[in-house]
Amino acid sequence: MKTTVQKKSSSIIVAVEGRIDTTTARQLQQQINTLAAETSHLILDCTELEYVSSAGIRVLLAAHKTMSQKNGTFSLTKVSSEVKDILEITGFSEILL
Amino acid sequence: MKKTMTVLAKDNRLDDVKNFVTENLEAEGCSEKTLMQLELAVEESFVNIAHYAYPPETGTVTVTKELTDDGLLIVVLSDSGTPYDPLKKPDPDLTLPLDKKPIGGLGIYMTKKSMDKVSYEYQGGKNILTLEKKLR
Repeated sequence: MKTTVQKKSSSIIVAVEGRIDTTTARQLQQQINTLAAETSHLILDCTELEYVSSAGIRVLLAAHKTMSQKNGTFSLTKVSSEVKDILEITGFSEILL
Repeated sequence: MKKTMTVLAKDNRLDDVKNFVTENLEAEGCSEKTLMQLELAVEESFVNIAHYAYPPETGTVTVTKELTDDGLLIVVLSDSGTPYDPLKKPDPDLTLPLDKKPIGGLGIYMTKKSMDKVSYEYQGGKNILTLEKKLR
């Protein structure tokens, strides 16, 4: 998994490339924790995201909770149909933009 | 033809197990979507064993895969850890709002939703989890 961070005046966009699975979830979690402190609107650009397992969904949910607690937002954008399928199975698709 | 591999039940062997299960399946007519569903089910099942079957000790997982002539893939994961039937866990209530959504039990739920059939038995001191998916 690779991430590219783009900081804008009102939001931070994290482009995620590859897979968010058991072996990469922690890395993303740490990165999101750091960035969440710097913005009120965190967006995950999923154009190049290929796969999410339950470990990845845990990270997305934690990010959503963190941002909600500070009255901010967390959302996913440009999600592929494959990843969308996984989010829909688990009822997490409402996190999508 | 049946193939078998045995690895330590540790997260760092996850990619080896996924590759073992999914290798050559595209040539068998398996779609991208089915490959991803298999990857998901194998990850959730393997990680469950890695995290809960043996700790604080370590042990092994034996993975067997078999593709029948009519395109049914059967993957069996067996371990000698603590007896545990993951299918007994009730499905998480996914109708709850995002803030209250449960995270526990999500992995096995995703496994069940991704496969055509998932079954468990405890036999000869082993947990035996069988995943079945029609590839074509």
